[in-house]
Order: sequence, then structure tokens, then C-alpha cells
Amino acid sequence: MLDVIQEPRHACALGAQQTVVSIERAIPIIHAGPGCGSKLHRGMSQAGGYQGVSYAGADAIPSSNLIEKDVVFGGTDKLRNLIEGTLKVMDGDFFVVFTSCVSEIIGDDVGNVVGEFRSKGIPIVYAETAGFKGDAYLGHELVLQSIIEQHLQPAEKKRKGFVNIFSSVPRHDPFWEGDLNELRRLLAAVGLDANILFGFSGGGIKAVEAIPSAEFNLVISPYLGLQAAQLLEEKFGTPYLHYPVLPVGGVETSKFLRAVGEYAKLSPALIESVVAEKENEFYHYMVRAADLLTEFQTELPKSFYIINDAAYTLGISKFLVNDLGHMPLHQYITEDVPEEHREPIRGYFAELAPGISSEITFTQDGGLINEDIVRRHKGRRPLLLGSSWEIDLAKEINGLHLSVGIPVIDRLILHHSYLGYAGGLNLMEDIYGRVLSASRGY
Amino acid sequence: MSINLSEPAVQLRELRLKTITGYSGDAEHLLGCTKTGTLQNRERSFSQCGSCGADQVMNMLLTLQDAAVVEHGPAGCGGDIPFRNGGFRTGNRRLGLDVHNVHYINTNLDEKDVIYGGADKLEKAIREARRRFDPKAIFVTTTCTSAIIGDDVPGICDEMERELGIPVAATLCEGFRTNIWATGFDSASHSILRKIVKPPRKKQEDLINVICFTHRYHYEDVFRQLGLRPNYIVPFSTIGQLEYISEAAATAQYCETLGSYLAAGLEENYGVPEIKAPAPFGIAASDEYLREIGRMFHKEKDVEKVIASEKEKIAPQLEDLRKKLSGKTAFVGAGGPLAYSIMGMLEDFDMKLTGGYIWHHDQRFDNDDPRLDVLSFHVKHFGNFPLGVCNKQSFEVVNALNHYKPDLYISRHMSPAWAIKLGIPGFLHGIEPSEMLYEGLIRYGELIYHTIANPAFAKNIARHSKLPYTDWWFEQDAFTFLGGEADA
Repeated sequence: MLDVIQEPRHACALGAQQTVVSIERAIPIIHAGPGCGSKLHRGMSQAGGYQGVSYAGADAIPSSNLIEKDVVFGGTDKLRNLIEGTLKVMDGDFFVVFTSCVSEIIGDDVGNVVGEFRSKGIPIVYAETAGFKGDAYLGHELVLQSIIEQHLQPAEKKRKGFVNIFSSVPRHDPFWEGDLNELRRLLAAVGLDANILFGFSGGGIKAVEAIPSAEFNLVISPYLGLQAAQLLEEKFGTPYLHYPVLPVGGVETSKFLRAVGEYAKLSPALIESVVAEKENEFYHYMVRAADLLTEFQTELPKSFYIINDAAYTLGISKFLVNDLGHMPLHQYITEDVPEEHREPIRGYFAELAPGISSEITFTQDGGLINEDIVRRHKGRRPLLLGSSWEIDLAKEINGLHLSVGIPVIDRLILHHSYLGYAGGLNLMEDIYGRVLSASRGY
Repeated sequence: MSINLSEPAVQLRELRLKTITGYSGDAEHLLGCTKTGTLQNRERSFSQCGSCGADQVMNMLLTLQDAAVVEHGPAGCGGDIPFRNGGFRTGNRRLGLDVHNVHYINTNLDEKDVIYGGADKLEKAIREARRRFDPKAIFVTTTCTSAIIGDDVPGICDEMERELGIPVAATLCEGFRTNIWATGFDSASHSILRKIVKPPRKKQEDLINVICFTHRYHYEDVFRQLGLRPNYIVPFSTIGQLEYISEAAATAQYCETLGSYLAAGLEENYGVPEIKAPAPFGIAASDEYLREIGRMFHKEKDVEKVIASEKEKIAPQLEDLRKKLSGKTAFVGAGGPLAYSIMGMLEDFDMKLTGGYIWHHDQRFDNDDPRLDVLSFHVKHFGNFPLGVCNKQSFEVVNALNHYKPDLYISRHMSPAWAIKLGIPGFLHGIEPSEMLYEGLIRYGELIYHTIANPAFAKNIARHSKLPYTDWWFEQDAFTFLGGEADA
């Protein structure tokens, strides 16, 4: 991590508290300084399209609020009290204790304290998520790993057609809840029962405990979730399919369904009939937009910059190129992607479509992105799909801006999603709605 | 007096102002104990997310128009920055200023830096801040990690100040230093006093410093009538506006918690007196505040005219609001002085205060003058009320709300969503310029009326919500987890 960071987006590993907030009736407990939990809530939930306090998020999160004397004398007694208090006060089914910069540097043995409660049969685990280890995507992987290693038990038998989903990262990706439910609907259409784990009807601790009974795991992301899938394979022998592209729109969603069908050995006839039906609907609406999409009086963009995490940048790029016929300019990937995943990601962008590729830059530093785009951009109005940080940048290069990644402080996101066939239409409505409102003088 | 500008770190509130974060009782009792010096802090054995000093530092420094902030810590310490950027843009828009992103860089400390130190990264970040933002000053804030690993932030800042030729101020606010996060206001003020404010060239007899957020419109009209020139400072101001606050004739403020240290520092170092009156919320406090200004500027008669005409202007609307709001019950959760200021307005509407929780209680102020004590002022004018000090602990607030079941909850800093989930209408007392002085009172009353006139939203939410607390918790006293020992 050589970058300094202007315009921060992806917080730190302790941002994994948000993963637990998104499990129904689960309670995060942070062993951290007094400011950590609320800062992360504001940056990730509030600035993520106003996701709200949820069941036990925001200022309801139990926190040891470590102060100077704890730094000097250690904070394990305080943590023990905190967990005892939590079990009395908070009404939860599952508890996850998080370490932080302070508790890890002073060397508190959190595993030992949590072990005391676990040995009494309390459903509690811990994750080592000091902020200096990395961003909140890393934190998400660390907490998944903790839950798998410390809590999950082998299933008596695997359930055919039951699939765990590792994709949009809850309460980090502003669209996660809509995304996961859209994936569930898509998979249900081909007869698979998706265990989405997080958010609305995610199933809470029961769904988490059912993870080992899945027939296979489905990782839909360039790399996030792979670690969990590999661990689950090792521990419970569950195979996994890694599908690197978040499917957005007609072309990619059909490809996705075919890939899943092939992997899960579903009837090709079933897959083809589902694809035909869904495409029929998708293209019905897309055709309706043909008039608007050829009316260049509105300064219609036909090229794009995307500034977002790897998953969304790739998914949206594929859609814009393959469904809408846009040309990529340069794309920016904003999270701290582990080194070993960078080459494969460059590879995905090298083949967005036959003969169409895009260069990408990995950087967490928004300042560098701004400078690069200002230096680079010439010519017609581009699309600038990023976050709320780029509102001014878009004005500077006459770009058409839409916030499609964290931070989103200019939109309310509830169940909105850009995934699947429906998501492609949503994205068209949002982009071209913005084109129209801009050209009408809003 | 405890303002020592030769040290880079501000003295903590618990030492300077004998601040406490745990108390359960009532207003008169709290005042009594404060006077007799018998008040002891009580710590909790169970707690939820609080805030840290850095939060309030950012409130002050990140909203400066032409400065930059470099936060020396892991990226998560800047977790709140994307959201703060929203407040900054909204505030600038409201004030008619250039709308732009915050000037902020985080040094992104990682595991290696924790072992080997992060000085190089800090220097790089400071140089980048200079290059990217061309700021008039750079504030470098510390974090838990940078403090524990022992990076010499003040030393590096001094070096960079020589290199760059602009003020580079170390603002020490590592979160673990104190549970009293209002100390962050003092850390920011301390940096401003040390590094930005210059000695006066000549006094400006009609200039009044006003420490506030985006409240300027409310003061503006009244000050104009009194022939005073307000200089709105700190949040949303420029470095230029801060350089000569030493030349002003007085300092006024929105809330004693926000500007106690800065106002006292100006008085002590440059003889700029603080206006010794409660902030102008509600009629009684607004009268008192303006009369104190009248006394200081020898404009007693002008002030009486302004008070009379302002009151006359709002009389019919106030009467109407009283009819609508009389007898409605309210609970207030906010920082100390501001909570009492809000309560004063409720009295003007003839509403009934069921009680209030404040986040911390300062037993004295930096300018230790009884006229600044808004709690005493409130009790004297409106009587006693149930009072708790809860360090922004939402489980305690929710417990109290469930107990009192008021018609309205007014919240500052803490999400009112918890009250809504209980079916109690409420709002977040923001920094909207809606509540100061006489016209502000009317706007505040309208906001209250719009919040409670139709409680359908809160009732709907409550029907479909479950709070994350056990039945056991709702049967306990809200302050069950306060220990008995002093531990400040």
C-alpha cells in the first residue's frame, strides 16, 4: 500500500463489522477505540446510499471504546465485561467480536476471551481486523474466514440444488441487497436455491450454519469470495464455481446462466428456455429505448470511464460494451486488490468483447484518478460512472456523472440493483434519465 | 486558566473542565454537586460505539475552505470522510460558497508502517496536500495508530512548515486519548490559536467573531440592526478569516462545547472578550444574549429596540405554534449546552419536557463565568427536570424513550431512527440555520409541528421494526451499567 489516499472509499478491515450487521439478528462487538464503529457506519452505510442503522448497526454496536489506561494496562477485562453486557442487553442470535488497530498493537488476547464464552455454548466468534491490515473488502474476507473456521460444522448431507452465493459485499457495495436478491431470483428461475446469507430474507444464523450443506459455492466476482470458497472446499469438500463477471444486462446474464447451468449439470433445455424468456423481456424494453439512444441532440455519451471496485467496473464495462455499444476509455479500480489477482483482472479487461479492450489503473487515491482523467480526456462527452467524489470532475470534463459505487451521498439506494436482466434496464434508465435531466436544464 | 499554547497537545477536558460522561439524576442535583465539587464520574461496564476526538476535529478543520487536512493513520480513520464531504458540500451550497470536495489526504498506514514507522508517508502526504490543494494551511491530525507507534508528528510538521512556507499544524487527537470526544473541538481550536491566529494590527471595534456552523443568516439581520460586523469563523470559514480574529471586539458562539476553548484563548491571549451569555435559542436566552451584547458595545437602547421589534414580528406565529404544540411532551438527547438551548425553545412553545440526556457534562468552562452556564440559566427560568449524562450511548437513550414515551424526540449526533422504531416521531437536530434568535424559534417550531402533526410514518416504522434489545433491558433502569467509582 504505497498510495496515500485522497477521497477515501473502502475504509479499513474493521469495516467487516458491516458484514455482520447485514446478517439477520447478528450482533457485531468491536474491541476498538471510541470512534471506529461510528466512523465506519457513516462512511459505509450512510455514504453508501443511506442504508440506515439496520438491526444492530451504527451506534447500537457494542464497543469497548478503548482509552489510554486500556492501552497501558490492556483491555481484556473490559472486553470480557463488554461481552457479558452484550449478552444481557442485546437481543441477538450470533455474535462476532472484532479486533482493531489499538487492540492488536497492545496485544490483547481476544481469542482467549472469546473462547471462554464459546466454551459455555454461546454462538460467538472473533475476527482479527486491525484497520492497518487493509481495506474493508479484506475485512469481509477475514470475517467470513473466521465464521467458517470457528463456527461451521460439517453437514450431515449435501442438499442438491442448494448454492451459497459470494458476490456483492454487504453494506459496502451500496447495491448489495438488491444484487443478492436479484441473483437469488435468477438462480431460482433455473431451479437453484440460492443461500444469499446477508440482508433481506438472508436467513440469519440458520443460513450461515447451512453453508456446509450446499451442493456447491458460487463466487460471482473477480476475486472476492474466492478465499471463502477455497476454505469451504478444503474444510467441507464443497466444490465451487468462480464466475468473475457480475452479470449486468442481456448478453452477460445469459452467459452467466449458461455457465451455471453447465457447471451444475442442469438441463440445457431448461436453461435455454429461461434465457429465451428473460431475453425476450429484456430486449423488448431495450428496443423501446432505441429512439432516445440515437438522438444525439442530448449530448449522448458513447464512451466511458468507470471508477469503482473491480467487480462493478468489470460488470458495468461488459454491459456498456456488449449491450449498448459504448467504447471504453480508461477504467480505475479503487480497492486494494491483492497483487495475485491483478493480472487476471487486467486479462478480463483485455477481452471485454472481441477486439475491444480497456486499460485499467489500480489505485486507492482519488486525487491521482482526477488528475489522470483531466490529463487524458479529449473530445466528446463521456460517461463518468463512479462515486459522489466525481461530481466536480464530471463538470470539469463535461462528463455525464452517475454514482454507482461507494461513496453514494447523492442517491437513496434501497432495493435498486444493476445485476441481471432487470439490472441492465435499471442502469439504462438511470444513465439516460440523467442525460435527459441534464439536457433539460436541471 | 489552562490554555498553554507552547505545547502541541491540548490539555484534556476531563482535566481542564472536570468533564464527566456518566450521571443519573436531575438538573438541580447535578448543578448542586458541580458547585460543591462532589460530582464523581461514573464509567460503564457495557458500552456502544462512541465517537473520538478526531470526529470533532474534522467538524472544525475539514470544513475550512482553503486549508487541507492530512490524517496520519490507517485508511479506516478516514472512514467518515466520504459522509463528511456531503455535509461540507451541502453547507457550502447553503452559504452560497463554492461547492467542492473536502481537501483531505489519509496516509494509509499499513502493517509495515506499524513496525517501521510512518514518517516518510506523512511527509509525502503533506507535500501532496500542498501540491494538490494549494492550501493556505495544512492541519495534520493524529490517530490511535500513529500515536501508539510513536511517530513524531509535531516534529515532522515543524520541518514541513519550514520547507513549504505555510502553517503546518500538528493537531493531536488520537482517539484513545479520551472518551470525551468534545475534546476534539479543543484540539482543533488549539491548533488554530497556535498556528493561524496572528497578533492584532489594530482593534476593529465593530467586529464580532461568531463561532458557528451554517447559522449566519440568523445572526446577520440582528447584527446589522446593531451596527456590528460579524465574522463567522471556524466551520466553513477561510484561513484569512481566522488570521485576525484577535482584532475583534468580542466573540459569540453557537454552543459553549464547540467554542469554549477558542473563545477563552482569544480572551486570554488577545483580550477579545467572550459574550458572557447563553447562546441565543428561545426567547429568554436570546433576550439575555442581545442585552449582554448591548452592555459590551454600549448599545443598550438599540438592543431593546431590536428585541421589541423582533418579538413583535414573531408574536402571531408564536401564538399559533403554542396553540398547536402546547402540552406535547418531548425528550432531548444532545451535547450539554445545546440540549439546554433546545429545551428552552420547547418552553416557549409551552411543551412539556419529560427529560433529557446529554453526552457529557463540563463542570466548568474555559472562561469560567457563571453567565455561560446554560443549565443554570434553564433551571432558573424554567425549573428542574430529569437529567442523565450518557456519553451518546444509544441503549441508554432507547431505554429512557421507552420509559417516557414522549410525543417527540429531538436528537443531535445520534440517529433518531431508534426512536422512530419505537413509534416516537423525532428528528436529527442538524446544522440547518433554523433555530437561532427570534425568527429561528418560529422555524424550529414549524419543524417540530411538521414532525409530530402526522405521526403516520413513525407508527408505520414501529409496526414493522424490532429493536436490538432484550426484554430484560427494557425492564432495567437506563443507567444500570454505570459503576460507582470516580474514574475521570
